[in-house]
Amino acid sequence: MFASLSERLQEVFASIGRESRLTPEAVETALREIRMALLEADVNFKVVKAFVDRVRDRAVDREVLDSLTPTQQVVAIVRDELRALLGDGPTGLSVSSQRPQVVLLLGLQGAGKTTTTVKLAHWLKQQGRHPIVVSTDVRRPAAIEQLSVLASDAGVRVHESSADTAVVARAEGAVTTGREMGFDVVLVDTAGRLHIDDDLMAELEAIKSSLAPSDLLYVADAMTGQDAIKSAGEFNRRLDISGVVLSKMDGDARGGAALSVVSVVGVPVTFIGDGERIEDLQPFHPDRLVSRMLGMGDVLSLVEKAEQAVSQEDAARLEKRIRRNQLTLQDMRDQLASVSKMGPLEKLTELIPGMNQTASQLPDGAEVNPRALKQTMAIIDSMTRRERTHHQIIDGSRRRRIARGSGTTVQEVNRLLKQFMDMRKMLRAVGGVSRSRRKKGGRRRLPTGMRFPMG
Amino acid sequence: MPAETLDALEELLIEADVGVAATNRLIEAVRGRADDGDLRALVRDELLALLEARPASPSPDVSPRVVLVVGVNGTGKTTTVGRLARLLTSEGKQPVICAADTFRAAAVEQLEVWAGRVNADFIRATTGSDPAAVVFDAVSSGKAKGRDVVLVDTAGRLHTRANLMAELDKIRRVAGRVVAGAPHETLLVLDATVGQNGLPQARAFLETAGVTGIVLTKLDGTAKGGIAVAITAELGVPIRYVGVGEQIDDLLPFSAEDYVDALFEPVW
Repeated sequence: MFASLSERLQEVFASIGRESRLTPEAVETALREIRMALLEADVNFKVVKAFVDRVRDRAVDREVLDSLTPTQQVVAIVRDELRALLGDGPTGLSVSSQRPQVVLLLGLQGAGKTTTTVKLAHWLKQQGRHPIVVSTDVRRPAAIEQLSVLASDAGVRVHESSADTAVVARAEGAVTTGREMGFDVVLVDTAGRLHIDDDLMAELEAIKSSLAPSDLLYVADAMTGQDAIKSAGEFNRRLDISGVVLSKMDGDARGGAALSVVSVVGVPVTFIGDGERIEDLQPFHPDRLVSRMLGMGDVLSLVEKAEQAVSQEDAARLEKRIRRNQLTLQDMRDQLASVSKMGPLEKLTELIPGMNQTASQLPDGAEVNPRALKQTMAIIDSMTRRERTHHQIIDGSRRRRIARGSGTTVQEVNRLLKQFMDMRKMLRAVGGVSRSRRKKGGRRRLPTGMRFPMG
Repeated sequence: MPAETLDALEELLIEADVGVAATNRLIEAVRGRADDGDLRALVRDELLALLEARPASPSPDVSPRVVLVVGVNGTGKTTTVGRLARLLTSEGKQPVICAADTFRAAAVEQLEVWAGRVNADFIRATTGSDPAAVVFDAVSSGKAKGRDVVLVDTAGRLHTRANLMAELDKIRRVAGRVVAGAPHETLLVLDATVGQNGLPQARAFLETAGVTGIVLTKLDGTAKGGIAVAITAELGVPIRYVGVGEQIDDLLPFSAEDYVDALFEPVW
């Protein structure tokens, strides 16, 4: 099975010894592991080569931060380089004065263009925009109908034009309708096509020159392998795409293709699709992809601890409370707030050393969804300061008040309190593990990113 | 053997998505035999031996034979079902097409068009209904009418979604209740552009859906679908068909020789 890069690096450096400085040999061993992990994450062969060379240059040069072990230094360099590659430019749609603003979605067959079109329309509506969608896929059977069904489920207006079978005419019709009826964005779904299909690529060029879209979004499957740069590269060469939408990120693919596309084709990732529901489209966050690709959430947390003294203090305080079993509802709320800003919640337990086994002991239904998280925070927000630090005092009358205040029910408040107490119990067990490890081998602390599993 | 040549070979295999582990295994296999001739020929032989040593398609005595088509979203399952039906009718067989994708909008309509093109029986479900129920209907109908094969198109599902994977298990049990041993073949449709995630996909579908073969689609692009080699090497699941174009006849029985030759062909 896939061993995460962090685990591999930790193994490599464990054999070197904790106190040693970074030797060239150690760097080479680490670089081999990095190369392997990136290739297994589907980063393009050539990109990996260049990347590893850059990390080598910096690893040999870099000043040694005194509180860090070699593992963390190398990981920090890798993280920085990945972040630099992915960039932190604006994501989402471009800002355009064009009315209606025209957005073209294109890509290979089966990448997820139609689904993405409707998800994007939904996202735009959330932003207060007024989108209309149109399908120009006159080739795949029932493709037009697929868009219509999805759009009407999502309450999104579709430009229907059974008469127009010519692709460009359909798209133009949608723009005209959009302008006349006051829609401010037209999303044009196109047929899937191979980048080497000259006729069909020419068709896209025709649509582009007729509509002058502000955004040309290339929809790419997150599971794509080494071919990603060839296909995206050719689409970009002919059409000058403005951004990439990475679809199907809810699977367990590492999504390294995104890195290849960004670094070779030079086009930013703008959105990711991470589920089958209409809401499952988000503007892209490079950091999340970085930790996902390398499976190194825990190490990232450790590095952040070294770099951020303040949160280190917080972490130390939190750790102490856990050890003394003094965890409060306020701590829980603080952590949930940071959790909600973070990546895939199911992965959170992985951040905590020794927590993987504990996670399987969580009650069923502990699967995390963002709405539940919000609700949990609302419940805690409706408590008084004293209630948050002394959960024992929350009696029936207080529970009713809290439920009213948070728009939930007493049952939900009860459930939260029970989870909180279970968590205290569980964390006490984890704390015990850490203590016994500490006796055996050196100092071991919970990382800054100490997170709570939450249902 | 010159290290440079080995490096070039490694690059070729990795860029074809064969993956680090399988690539290393192939290179180890030829490393010692450098002097015996052309390196490429050696690797070619290794690959051929691997891809040809595969279990034949199960051919039970029962009728109808039930073929389940599974895979993640967007790999080309529905199109593959249409083309499999075409292959069968061109052999003079009578297939039943079963549209068990009750999730994706208009998936049933898409398949209905294919069924019309090849003039096959078509059993449909309404969107949102239980896919196992329509499979039951289709297999029963095929049995009653004495059809040769029932082709079942299923909804695309990511292999990490446990409840959706469990649904496949239910479909299998229901099919087996109507015809002994059904489904007799379960084909995993794999997009040639897929990278290393193809392996966990295949593993998951093998475990929950008992995959017996792979259909490698979209080979007419620049992708080589090398992860299928890793899947055959690691899990012993053979490649059965390849999709090589957009036309209805563009599904071919897999030929190891053609595939390996294409693997070594320069891209563009």
